[in-house]
Amino acid sequence: MKKIFGRPRSLKPTPTHYCPGCGHSIVHRLVAEVIDEMDMRGTSIGVPPAGCAVLAYFYFDIDMIEAPHGRGPALATGVKRVLPNHLVFSYQGDGDLAAIGTAESFHAANRGENITIIFINNAVYGMTGGQMAPTTILGQKTTTSPPGRTPLLDGYPVQMSEILAQLRGAAYIERCTVNSPPAVMKTKRAIRKAFQYQMDKRGFSMVEVLSPCPTNWKMSAVDACKWIDEVMTKEFPLGVLKDIGAKEAGKEKKS
Amino acid sequence: MQGNCVIGEAAIRAGCRFYAGYPITPQNELTEYMAEHLRKTDGGVFIQSESEIAAINMIAGASAAGARSMTSSSSPGISLKQEGISSMAACELPGVIVNMMRGGPGLGNIRPSQGDYFQATRGGGHGDYRTIVLAPATGQELADLTMDAFDLADKYRTPVMILADGMMGQMMEPVVFRKPKPRQYPECYVLKGAGNGKSKFIRGLILDAIEMEEHNWKLARKYNLISQKETRCEIHEAKDAEMVIVAYGTAARVAKGAIRRLRSMGLKVGLFRPISLWPFPTRELRELSEHIKHFIVFEMSTGQMLDDVRLALQGFANIDFFGRPGGVVPTPAELSNVVSRRYPQKDAYVDRFLRFKVVEGPFGP
Amino acid sequence: MNVKTIFSGFGGQGVLMMGYSLAHGAMMHGFHVTYLPAYGAEMRGGTANCTISLGDEEIASPIASEPDYLVVMNAPSLYTFQNRLAKGGILFLNASIIEARPTRKDITFYAVPCAEMAEEVGNPRAANVVMMGAFLQKTGIIRPEIYLKSLETIMGSKKKTMPESNRKAFDAGFRFLESVNGGTGR
Repeated sequence: MKKIFGRPRSLKPTPTHYCPGCGHSIVHRLVAEVIDEMDMRGTSIGVPPAGCAVLAYFYFDIDMIEAPHGRGPALATGVKRVLPNHLVFSYQGDGDLAAIGTAESFHAANRGENITIIFINNAVYGMTGGQMAPTTILGQKTTTSPPGRTPLLDGYPVQMSEILAQLRGAAYIERCTVNSPPAVMKTKRAIRKAFQYQMDKRGFSMVEVLSPCPTNWKMSAVDACKWIDEVMTKEFPLGVLKDIGAKEAGKEKKS
Repeated sequence: MQGNCVIGEAAIRAGCRFYAGYPITPQNELTEYMAEHLRKTDGGVFIQSESEIAAINMIAGASAAGARSMTSSSSPGISLKQEGISSMAACELPGVIVNMMRGGPGLGNIRPSQGDYFQATRGGGHGDYRTIVLAPATGQELADLTMDAFDLADKYRTPVMILADGMMGQMMEPVVFRKPKPRQYPECYVLKGAGNGKSKFIRGLILDAIEMEEHNWKLARKYNLISQKETRCEIHEAKDAEMVIVAYGTAARVAKGAIRRLRSMGLKVGLFRPISLWPFPTRELRELSEHIKHFIVFEMSTGQMLDDVRLALQGFANIDFFGRPGGVVPTPAELSNVVSRRYPQKDAYVDRFLRFKVVEGPFGP
Repeated sequence: MNVKTIFSGFGGQGVLMMGYSLAHGAMMHGFHVTYLPAYGAEMRGGTANCTISLGDEEIASPIASEPDYLVVMNAPSLYTFQNRLAKGGILFLNASIIEARPTRKDITFYAVPCAEMAEEVGNPRAANVVMMGAFLQKTGIIRPEIYLKSLETIMGSKKKTMPESNRKAFDAGFRFLESVNGGTGR
């Protein structure tokens, strides 16, 4: 009998600690599947962050090195420059990427560093207990914005993909989500494309994934998926924000 | 060659192939040297990072991927790097960090100072760890200790700090570069993709308390071994000495000048110069105290190494102190005046004791 | 032998260059030597000084408590450093722009109008080299040939005429003090 579905080789046969309904395990699987499909398990190095995904090295069956909070892109830069032909990605949450590690992600993108960031945006600090994140939606209640996020006191949600897309070093940036099967497949294609760009040495790539956090949003898993569609995507519209490949292809067509 | 450049050249000769740094005076010449010369080497990578924090994390990544790596900065920048140094100690990643100390605290000034002794020798960042700290005092030592730093970092898989100051960085002295030892670093610690085999990971986060405790004890055993095997010091003119100055780095150079003056005045003064600040050469200093009972600690700070000297001597000898913090480098003449006034004389103990109190007081003399 | 010299002047007068070339020459001669520049935050202007220690044995301290020789290229440097000079020390001053003279009676000084002399030999930027000629005439620390060779090495070969015009400037300074006796303070 032909095996048509199984655990990717790049994931360890371990149950994860993620909450029910969490997007992390889906994204882990997608990343692992893409690595398998590209046949790069042996030459991939992942950089997990501080935060919920800190234990990613227990789940991925590839070489990994943990980064202090926010420093993933800097660490990945060090690894990638020494091993330029390896697939190097950093896996980061919204607090990690858009608050404490803004400088590192911004400048890695600006250097056109040949790395990929998998950016999990769930609008809260998950592991520490649901505090307000830079990506928290206006009006969203968190443990550190109990009346709801107000611009006057807390500023606005940061749209990192839009910001980084403006940098000339960024080659590919797409925002996806994982709240439905088609969305999951689309995210996988985005990750594949980002990794492919990296291997083609085209520059910095990032896939932002709007990811459900039912526990800290205090919702059911189903409601969390709905909330992404109804609220989050209004603040963080899905789609490709930067694709130097498409731009080049478009130019070719015109000429 | 200028001190900063000596470190750069020694690092490249020792096989350093990754450098990340951020501009800060007085060590910019080192960053510039690496920018020009490291890129010319086979596989050499130079990155001007966006911050000190990024720089230390870049070298952590490069070190994990198997490259000999180095970063450098001066006092305020080293404060920023502490997160990464602590992380490298936890992850047992080798790396060399150069600190060309300047006046502090805060932004301080850009003059030479020795105010970072505590930060360097006590770990510096959070958590239960130590870094090996080497303090060169001559141009030649800048070269030799830089090469040794890479070897020690690999041998013990730990970050190593070169602790010098702005003056060492700016000064020029003739230097002979020795042939570096071939690198001995087991492949099994290098992250280079799982290949067909088992994957591995490098981490500092250990949630289980018992596991973390084991890791702490493992590190502690390593630090214990280092403190037994890696102490270094220079003992100068101490055979017949009545009094010994304890000083390191630039202060030790000033002290040597002062000793020449004092000896010509007939005062028998010697020098004890720790070269490894951590591990501190406690045993060697204690042995010296068997026949020398008067020590004066001289630092370009308000008294930091003084603590280690006290711990080493534990009441076996009189310990006096003279310090000039804030970026002041006293001349040998000034130091010799101070030392001659406190040179041990019969019946002068009480007087010296009082003066000692004053110098040591929280507001200084 | 163990000799310390301080060179001091405005930034831009080539003060650090004087010290560096002397240190290089001393190294080529086989002396132990240290070159210690005083560095500041500003890139241009301001004061510049450096200390050269050289001798037959290892240099204990690169810092000079009491330098044996002092070369001052501007008036503020004279006031700053003349009291540091060791008893019996020698002071060289740039007479082109310093009107004052040292007040100490226990030292010897030479006033060298090095800017005018540099202009005479057609190399107005070589006032510092003229001064070095004068300095080595009276101190004799290293042989002029060694010094000039070092100067050539340091300057590189930007212009082919450079070594020749530097040599002229150096000779002018060297000859200027050949038969001059030093003054003392009044």
